[in-house]
Amino acid sequence: MAGKNMSIAKALNESLRKALDTDPKVLIMGEDVGKLGGVFRVTDGLHKDFGEDRVIDTPLAESGIVGTAIGLALRGYRPVVEIQFDGFVFPAYDQIVTQLAKMYARALGKIKLPVVVRIPYGGGIGAVEHHSESPEALFAHVAGLKVVSPSNASDAYWMMQQAIQSDDPVIFFEPKRRYWDKGEVDTDAIPHPLHKAKVAREGSDLTLAAYGPMVKVCLEAAAAAAEEGKSVEVLDLRSMSPIDFDSVQTSVEKTRRLVVVHEAPVFLGTGAEIAARITERCFYHLEAPVLRVGGYHVPYPPARLEDEYLPGLDRVLDAVDRSLAY
Amino acid sequence: MTVESTAATRKPRRSSKRAGAARTPKAPDEPQLVQLLTPEGERVEHPEYEVDLTPEELRGLYRDMVLTRRFDAEATSLQRQGELGLWASLLGQEAAQIGSGRALRDDDYVFPTYREHGVAWCRGVDPTNLLGMFRGVNHGGWDPNSNNFHLYTIVIGSQTLHATGYAMGIVKDGADSAVVAYFGDGASSQGDVAEAFTFSAVYNAPVVFFCQNNQWAISEPTEKQMRVPLYQRAQGFGFPGVRVDGNDVLACLAVTKSALERARRGEGPTLVEAYTYRMGAHTTSDDPTKYRTDDERQAWEAKDPIQRLKTYLEKQKFADEAFFTGLETESETLGKRVREAVRAMPDPDSLAMFENTHADGHALVDEERAQFAAYQASFADSDEEGN
Repeated sequence: MAGKNMSIAKALNESLRKALDTDPKVLIMGEDVGKLGGVFRVTDGLHKDFGEDRVIDTPLAESGIVGTAIGLALRGYRPVVEIQFDGFVFPAYDQIVTQLAKMYARALGKIKLPVVVRIPYGGGIGAVEHHSESPEALFAHVAGLKVVSPSNASDAYWMMQQAIQSDDPVIFFEPKRRYWDKGEVDTDAIPHPLHKAKVAREGSDLTLAAYGPMVKVCLEAAAAAAEEGKSVEVLDLRSMSPIDFDSVQTSVEKTRRLVVVHEAPVFLGTGAEIAARITERCFYHLEAPVLRVGGYHVPYPPARLEDEYLPGLDRVLDAVDRSLAY
Repeated sequence: MTVESTAATRKPRRSSKRAGAARTPKAPDEPQLVQLLTPEGERVEHPEYEVDLTPEELRGLYRDMVLTRRFDAEATSLQRQGELGLWASLLGQEAAQIGSGRALRDDDYVFPTYREHGVAWCRGVDPTNLLGMFRGVNHGGWDPNSNNFHLYTIVIGSQTLHATGYAMGIVKDGADSAVVAYFGDGASSQGDVAEAFTFSAVYNAPVVFFCQNNQWAISEPTEKQMRVPLYQRAQGFGFPGVRVDGNDVLACLAVTKSALERARRGEGPTLVEAYTYRMGAHTTSDDPTKYRTDDERQAWEAKDPIQRLKTYLEKQKFADEAFFTGLETESETLGKRVREAVRAMPDPDSLAMFENTHADGHALVDEERAQFAAYQASFADSDEEGN
């Protein structure tokens, strides 16, 4: 086993390096991804080792980055583009939604769009406006896109490999406040399927379903609940499109209670979709309504308020208690 | 026919002026533009651009324009008869499209808007393939790589970025192909077009931006899109812009070919503004009588791209009566073929909407396809019971 302890940022970096090394058609594109190595240094050293022809610093134009990546994909390349921050993706939203997502269908499958759009997302780092948002539901709602988010270094490494190898466009949300969290990465392992959830902690009384930055909070909540004698299962969804409802169903049929946790606003979010589907699938198994914990229907607040906005341990445990009280 | 092998090149510069800066003297109210064939059908010289075509090649350009106009007219009629949901006519823009389209090599790539029926013709795309999306049986449907002709793009300006990215790929491959991105005067206001100009200039991408300025973006005149002539915009991005008489097929051919050769030499993008006029409506849903005058249209009819080449062919005795009669017959045959093909287009199988959403499959799409199939099958059962 080639297990190495590394941060999520480093795991992504190693994964991109491997992709560039393995496939000459893979390109990295974005603002500051070259010499600087990205504002989070995820592409650190790649420009030096692969050159500006493979690791491309682009003009500051998000629609242009995604639009030209589409053209490069049509020419046979596999571009991995970086959107510097979550709130900056919207100038490219048109290209992603009206072009990238739909072109494969419009061509009746005769051309492929293997483009990965990397987006560092979420709050918790005290950033200014537009640097802390969680817009994943907006992308998951669009047919033609795959949407994923790793929560740990091993998944970051392997999910990036799988996203690049996919012939579909993949929106890859990177939990930016977890970039520096370290974990074991086995680069020789057989990877878990990209769109399949993982049980991050076994439990029997209630299921917490989360992805990306909130998995860690849910694991802490499960540990705290265990001290009170409650057995909480934590499911790391990993993929928001498609969502692995089968794994959620399996877990809920066991625990009979479900709480979905994400940073994004609760209203019309990923949790709403999971609650509706699981209510349909598990109506006779559920002992309590599916509860959701997430952000409010307000613009992401100024940094001094983000601890109030972001679901923390107490809000998750409160939802666990409410569910168990039914 | 192809005139790809013929001379249509830019002469050595006679002045230090940028491309597009040297002009044939025109009346003060006329735009300055490159012209090789006047509206009266007279050949004129231009200091920077020339073409040298055989009579057969000239007849070929004429045939392309006539057949494209006939196809377009048939599609308009089919829309009026309820066979198509919508049609975007190219009437009046035949020279811009055939001239630029015939300048291309097979290995070049075209990114069209939704009105490039003449360019599609030049690329060898069967015209009936263009009608599927207007009939509502698909959203494009053809394989872009069979003729290096990308799908029609409805959201205006988007394709200029795809063209630029594709052209960046050509550079990476070390090839000497080029790309033409078509768009209109309205699209020139879109941010994507400005971003495409920036990217293509920065990466020296071999792309020709071919803007058909047909004067109207639905009901919005060019005054609502720009304060300086479009071709001049290129200068600010660091590449040449040239305005060509878009109703002059010879000038469009010469200017596009020159821009393509420049791209192949590794000298980067060019903006070509083909100054022309949309003689019909924006689409069959539009009513141009609400926003423009008969006088305007009549003034442009006098510059008709097909008539001026016909006059020239006749004056030079490059084409005889048999040629024109034969072409009329060919036009009618094309119209009939298109009409029959459209009427024979079946509605797609309803399960087809679930196909080709993803290359690698998607669990939710699979689930919904199965549910829909079961729902449909439930009707089949009741039909059988009813019978």
